[in-house]
Amino acid sequence: MEWFTNLFSKNKKPASIAKDRLKIVLMHDRVNCDTDLLEMIKNDILMVLSKYVDIDTNELDIQMSQAPGDSNNPVPVLLANIPIKKMRKLNKDGQEA
Amino acid sequence: MSEVYVITSGKGGVGKTTTSANIGAGLAIEGKRVVLVDADIGLRNLDVVMGLENRIVYDLINVIEGSCRLKQALIKDKRYPTLYLLPAAQTKDKDAVTPEQMKKLCEQLREDFDYVLLDCPAGIEQGFKNAIAGADKAIVVTTPEVSAVRDADRIIGLLEAAEVRDPMLILNRIRPDMVKRGDMMALEDVTEILAIDVLGVIPDDESIVIATNKGEPCVADNNSQAGRAFRDIVKRMMGETVPLMDLTIESGIFNKIKKFFVRH
Repeated sequence: MEWFTNLFSKNKKPASIAKDRLKIVLMHDRVNCDTDLLEMIKNDILMVLSKYVDIDTNELDIQMSQAPGDSNNPVPVLLANIPIKKMRKLNKDGQEA
Repeated sequence: MSEVYVITSGKGGVGKTTTSANIGAGLAIEGKRVVLVDADIGLRNLDVVMGLENRIVYDLINVIEGSCRLKQALIKDKRYPTLYLLPAAQTKDKDAVTPEQMKKLCEQLREDFDYVLLDCPAGIEQGFKNAIAGADKAIVVTTPEVSAVRDADRIIGLLEAAEVRDPMLILNRIRPDMVKRGDMMALEDVTEILAIDVLGVIPDDESIVIATNKGEPCVADNNSQAGRAFRDIVKRMMGETVPLMDLTIESGIFNKIKKFFVRH
């Protein structure tokens, strides 16, 4: 969260605050990840994961963000917080034991 | 070989119309045949900035609908004999024109003029699509503000998608004193973010307000800093290499003395 504290620190000049804010805004704009697409990604990830683990879908959080700690050159990242209730026990064939 | 330019920005109020008027007048001063097309249907403004509001009889929609000939709608500028204006309709809205019709109009204008300059409306909807339809090249105007640069980025993306190649940037209303204090983004900040070639930088200048009030472009005003910036832009459009205006503020008593002697 370094970029976050940088953003609002008093030492920063308004021009560089503007530049940093722009970089973050544009990164989101350029990725142009609409909610439908994110929903599709989310469903596919869940489908794969639920083969192996039991997921708590109520606490699930998947979102677009930027790589933390690098405000000069932000890179989009997909942040996924997927709470696991329990692992599924699988046999060698991938079937649930 | 004539060129069709669209002057666009995304955000409103950054100086598209003023830029169009000044570039048009500047090219005409250089002896080029220029037509300025006000593509902002329903919100016509270029005529007032040019001081030609009393001469309008026909407009762009009349030409497209065929209720007058193109030559009848073109208004000859009062100062520069090779400069013409095709005004927008004030009573219709943007949906009254299609991109195909604009394309055809640009082709027609190309035959008679060296430069066709389209003053694009703000926004990214129909009016924008119409304005860029017939353009070969684009000039993106922005100011050093977060909202304006963000919209410029969006516009650059849309221009690329529409295959209007190599858009060039004009950074308008720079305040060198604020840039120096770190209170305003510098040209380098904006170009780093937008990754686009620079056509010119225009300082925030009272002479623009004065010129617009009088209805005459400031490009011919030798005392205007903004006027000089526009003259440089015109030269660059004609293929000359002109260095960007030095907008860094000189401080210290020595520079003030030097400046005094250079001026007098």
